[in-house]
Amino acid sequence: MQGKGRAVCVGADIDTDLVIAGRYLRTKDHSVWVAHVFEDLDPSLAGRLNGAVIVAGKNFGCGSSREQAAIAIRDAGVVAVVAPSFARIFFRNAINVGLPLIECDLICREGTGVLFDLAEGWVEVGGKKDSTRPLSHKMQEILAAGGLVNYWRTHG
Amino acid sequence: MGTLSERILGASAGEYVDRVVDRAYVHDGTGVLTLEAWKSMGAKRIQDATHLHVLFDHIVPANNSTTATLQHELREFARSSFLHFSDIGGGICHQIMSEGVVLPGEVVVGADSHACTPGAFGAFATGVGATDMAAIWMTGETWFRVPESIGIHLSGTFTGAAEAKDLALTYVSRLGMDGASYQALEFIGEGTAALPMDDRLTLCNLVVETGAKAGMFYADDVTVQYLATVGHAVKPQEPEPCRYVQELDFDLSDIVPVIAVPPRVDTIKPVHDLAGLPLDQVFVGTCTNGRYADLARFARIVKGRKVAIRTIVVPASRAVLQEAIRTGVLADIVEAGCTIGTPGCGPCLGAHMGVLGEGEVCLSTANRNFKNRMGVGGEIYLSSVATAAASALEGEISVPGVS
Repeated sequence: MQGKGRAVCVGADIDTDLVIAGRYLRTKDHSVWVAHVFEDLDPSLAGRLNGAVIVAGKNFGCGSSREQAAIAIRDAGVVAVVAPSFARIFFRNAINVGLPLIECDLICREGTGVLFDLAEGWVEVGGKKDSTRPLSHKMQEILAAGGLVNYWRTHG
Repeated sequence: MGTLSERILGASAGEYVDRVVDRAYVHDGTGVLTLEAWKSMGAKRIQDATHLHVLFDHIVPANNSTTATLQHELREFARSSFLHFSDIGGGICHQIMSEGVVLPGEVVVGADSHACTPGAFGAFATGVGATDMAAIWMTGETWFRVPESIGIHLSGTFTGAAEAKDLALTYVSRLGMDGASYQALEFIGEGTAALPMDDRLTLCNLVVETGAKAGMFYADDVTVQYLATVGHAVKPQEPEPCRYVQELDFDLSDIVPVIAVPPRVDTIKPVHDLAGLPLDQVFVGTCTNGRYADLARFARIVKGRKVAIRTIVVPASRAVLQEAIRTGVLADIVEAGCTIGTPGCGPCLGAHMGVLGEGEVCLSTANRNFKNRMGVGGEIYLSSVATAAASALEGEISVPGVS
């Protein structure tokens, strides 16, 4: 499974309150989450996410289990998130909603092209290829199905 | 042989296992998305609801008609599908699961990050998101990567005004916000024996702030006696030789009252260094510090005096509230000028009551002080109950006295 996008850089320990604040959670309308994604981190981010690969520091997605965080990032048009490590609940949520995550420590340069291959386990920036930590077999299956809902539609 | 996680999950650290879940729970916040995902999976009805719980705690009572409508749908589903249901006022999901539901050795999954809390009973308890929970509703099981474990070795007893929350913030600071990512914390050593269940629940509650998947105490005489009071006869768990990836030692007599300064839980200072910082609000409650022992400790300090600033006290459950009424603790708190909220999460998540205004500062006994969490432009300092009580009386951060 290959993909590519423009790098959008964010820092380390980005918590899910910063991805989507608690005051926007009481709805099932995904467009509300997309409109306010990363609002408390940097309000200009939302307009730059379509077609982007977010390149983050360690422990991305820590804090609350709110799945709206992963949905908001996916529905904003983000192709994948790259970070040296992810908080574990966010990790499961992202895969479950079909948002690819790549565990790799990249130096981020805003706007540069990022290529990746999840199955082969590499990410390439500016002609330099780094290997990434492979997803478990089960997670690859879930991601290939487009998320856990689709996975169970076909396996249930 | 093995860590408690390895024994309960039945495999070695690093292995992936599919495990039947003994208890699974959602709240009004995560339950709405869980129900939506469950329906999207093509599920028509719940096969076996005996181990499934829905507990309303996040926005209780509903703050507007949008929330009320979402809660209505989930409430109707829970009732018609025979899930265990706790409506508004019942209390925080983790607390209710800790009042005689979760038992030693169980695999427990909650759709909330602080579902690590009931690990205090010697259960493997962890948090997931809504779609994972929907799959558990559908299949009764989920997958786990068996975690490596860190041994948190406790010795001695608390002295002065220090309490379990101060130890919790201290170990979070020592490990850092991702110091235990994908791992479990096991609280071990001779210092554990003297810790009551309330303290153990506070200590397990904070493990997720280090990135940990689970936190646990071995069930011992304290666990057995506590569960006997709620009608369960259980056996203690004997620790076995096992391999920890890291061991940390804490002498409880060295722990001093500390505060986590915004916006990170792992950045702490002795209360003494922050004394005199003006406050706008004090909040006592949550799955960290809203239990009866917390309210009783708070009441002992404020009894017969008046708080100097607005102070919100929210019991963690109806049982806690009832006990506080029965013993007079609630009267002492109200007479001191505090405001009482409906049992539940209260202002912790900044979605309804008790939110902060721009530039306001709150001292809270909760577990998160992230930017804007309790209101845009508000700042959250995290402390123990004793520090919160002393500070409420002065209207500024104050060093707690020995009670």
